[in-house]
Amino acid sequence: MSTHSAPTAGAHYYVPQPSHYPVTLSGGLFLLALGFILRINHFAPGPWFMLAGAGLILYVLFGWFGAIIRESVTRAYGNWEDHSFRHGMVWFIASEVAFFAAFFGALFYVRNISVPDLLNLLPNHGWTLYPDYKDLAWPASGSGPAAPQFTPMGAWGIPALNTALLLSSGATITWAHWGLLKNNRFQLNLGLFLTVALGFTFLGFQAWEYHHAYSELGLTLGAGVYGATFFMLTGFHGFHVTLGAIMLTVILFRCLKGHFDAENHFAFEGVAWYWHFVDVVWLLLFVFVYWL
Amino acid sequence: MNTATTTVNGHAGHHDGGHHPTGILRWLTTTNHKDIGTMYLSFALIMFFVGGIMILAVRAELFSPGLQLMQPEFFNQLIGVHALVMIFAALMPAATGFANWQIPLMIGAPDMALPRLNNWGFWLLPPAAILLTMPFVLALFGIGDGAIATGWTFYAPLSVQGGIGVDFAIFAVHILGISSILGSINIIVTIFNMRAPGMTMMKLPLFCWGWLITAFLLIATIPVLAGAVTMLLTDRHFGTHFFNAAGGGDPILFQHLFWFFGHPEVYILLLPVWGLMPHVLATFSRKPTYGYRGQVYGFIAIGILSVIVWAHHFFTAGMPVPALLYFMYSTMAISLPLAVLFFCWIATMWRGSMSFETPMLFAVGFIVLFGIAGLTGLVLADVAADAQYHHSYFVVAHFHYALFAGGIMGVMTGVYYWLPKWTGRMYSETLGKWHFWLTVLSFNLTFMPQFFLGLAGMPRRIPDYALQFAEFNAISTVGSFILGLSQLLFAWNIIQCARGRGAPAESRAWEGAEGLEWELSSPPPHHSWEVQPQVK
Repeated sequence: MSTHSAPTAGAHYYVPQPSHYPVTLSGGLFLLALGFILRINHFAPGPWFMLAGAGLILYVLFGWFGAIIRESVTRAYGNWEDHSFRHGMVWFIASEVAFFAAFFGALFYVRNISVPDLLNLLPNHGWTLYPDYKDLAWPASGSGPAAPQFTPMGAWGIPALNTALLLSSGATITWAHWGLLKNNRFQLNLGLFLTVALGFTFLGFQAWEYHHAYSELGLTLGAGVYGATFFMLTGFHGFHVTLGAIMLTVILFRCLKGHFDAENHFAFEGVAWYWHFVDVVWLLLFVFVYWL
Repeated sequence: MNTATTTVNGHAGHHDGGHHPTGILRWLTTTNHKDIGTMYLSFALIMFFVGGIMILAVRAELFSPGLQLMQPEFFNQLIGVHALVMIFAALMPAATGFANWQIPLMIGAPDMALPRLNNWGFWLLPPAAILLTMPFVLALFGIGDGAIATGWTFYAPLSVQGGIGVDFAIFAVHILGISSILGSINIIVTIFNMRAPGMTMMKLPLFCWGWLITAFLLIATIPVLAGAVTMLLTDRHFGTHFFNAAGGGDPILFQHLFWFFGHPEVYILLLPVWGLMPHVLATFSRKPTYGYRGQVYGFIAIGILSVIVWAHHFFTAGMPVPALLYFMYSTMAISLPLAVLFFCWIATMWRGSMSFETPMLFAVGFIVLFGIAGLTGLVLADVAADAQYHHSYFVVAHFHYALFAGGIMGVMTGVYYWLPKWTGRMYSETLGKWHFWLTVLSFNLTFMPQFFLGLAGMPRRIPDYALQFAEFNAISTVGSFILGLSQLLFAWNIIQCARGRGAPAESRAWEGAEGLEWELSSPPPHHSWEVQPQVK
């Protein structure tokens, strides 16, 4: 853990040279978004725009992160810059918390307000949405004319196993961090490898669960508001786990190449924080989406 | 800071401009906070005119009853895109441009903390603006049915049923959101980590405090908007039922999510302006700002209150009475810290040795007109009264007093105040004063009648209206065209300074100006504070 020294008079801060990566990345995002809009509205060139955009984004990811890694290993950054990166990562994760809060908010709202309101329409007001509307309690609410019958996902099979996997991965990455701090490279590499392996195993189970939901339970995105909140919350979480696992893989390769030491390893810690964040989100998902 | 780092940075940091790209490449690749600030401000000025032309077309249609110039569908597209452009592409980038230019100068930093990210934050804006306005052009070629026609609020179910323009707006908002979050992270990190030695948080200039609270609000609320429009996207294209009662969802859920972002957004637009006001008032009153601590605590209190009052935007949508009462009282509570700010602004001028250069004129005009926005806001916060005013022109007039007189005139205050610092040239005081008086008079000519239209029952977002509303609408349209044309004076004044016309500005461009930014030359050197100053 590096010390967070306050800047002193006369210190120099590293201001990078002009870079074309940001504007290229914006171009890639523009093409990806444009292509996606065209695709979902059934215009033929959509996928080609998406492909071009994704290609540009990949090029920038390699180039920009490559530049940062080069600057890091040539010690262009000192404690002052390191402090900036840590602050930046904390507030980036804070914005991700707010993003998930929107979907949790939607879940709490439909369970506590909109579904009970729909159930109370007939007894309290003597009318319902339309003649053959079936007002069903959570989780079946919304199935019927708008969506087919479905079976909700249970908590104590794959999801409980996945909870154990992610919690273990939180432990292994901390163990790897301890290895880095006492300069035990074997412990660092093994801990990271186990974390990556647990992360990808989690994703494999998640994919199997989605397949199970669609093919056997009739649980789809359109399966009432339960299906919508279920897939949106677990889907965005799964997407974040995927990003986290890819970042961990990059960190693992960097560790194998001998990067990082006990004082200088912001990238390792930033990714570890991100991993703990997706871990905590999963615990909330397990309780509020699968269990209760 | 160890010596090794200093040596490496001394090598890598660019002391000379020699190996920097020039021409268009300079602007595309720059990592310099002043270049990026200039791009933000120029982009904001251009989009201010783009959004303005849209609404002048709307006002022209509303000049007299009946449909003259356009069909209702196109009218709806214009009002929605006008709002999105003015909020996301004019007012917010202008405030971010201020932050980029001023925060490093004011806190004694060499640059923003994350310079490449800073560049990305700006270059996300043009693609988003293109996505937002592109459907207008595509419609000319027979692709799609034009831009988003729901108003800027995207309300479901209208937005679920809307055409391709809604999808373009959803992704434009996503990209603008990424830009805002990156900008906010950068500003927070810069303020926390780049202050000159000796500058404690309670010596931080109030402009930086205002932006700090803004940045926290953006990080807390922009992702919620992103989530809301993502649910809208899946409702539109992937079969979900978030906002569809037939599937167990609720269209009101969208309103909750949208306004959880939308109400703090008002303060996001205004806090940077409230931050810069005390600097301008103190400078031209030749007195220190009154009640520094009170203003800081006021910003914090408003920031917290702003995220717990959102449902006052849809009192009439249907809510239990306890919820109505809660949102009414909490909304009215915001007037307390806001009143603290007003009294501090007035007390700063009290018995000062005042002079009325253009920035001061705009600041005083801001206090008076923004006061009207605050008072009419209290009226709207009252649940019983709001049942009458909701969705009427009273609301339109209220938020234009808040966002034009409060937001845009605040930005103009800042532009006139800091233009000599940025360009090294004094603007034309005569033109500035003409700009101020024309703006204030025509602004009131445009929007004051709308209060009466709203009280008389004219609904907003309708291209046609009953005959009894004709006179006030005609007055409002005349006012709006004067208002639009007067802004050409503003643009001309800025362009002249940027071209190096006008008298050279001194380091301390204004006699009473205090603060680190006035100790650097006008314009400042390429790296603002290469060596950080010691603040006592």
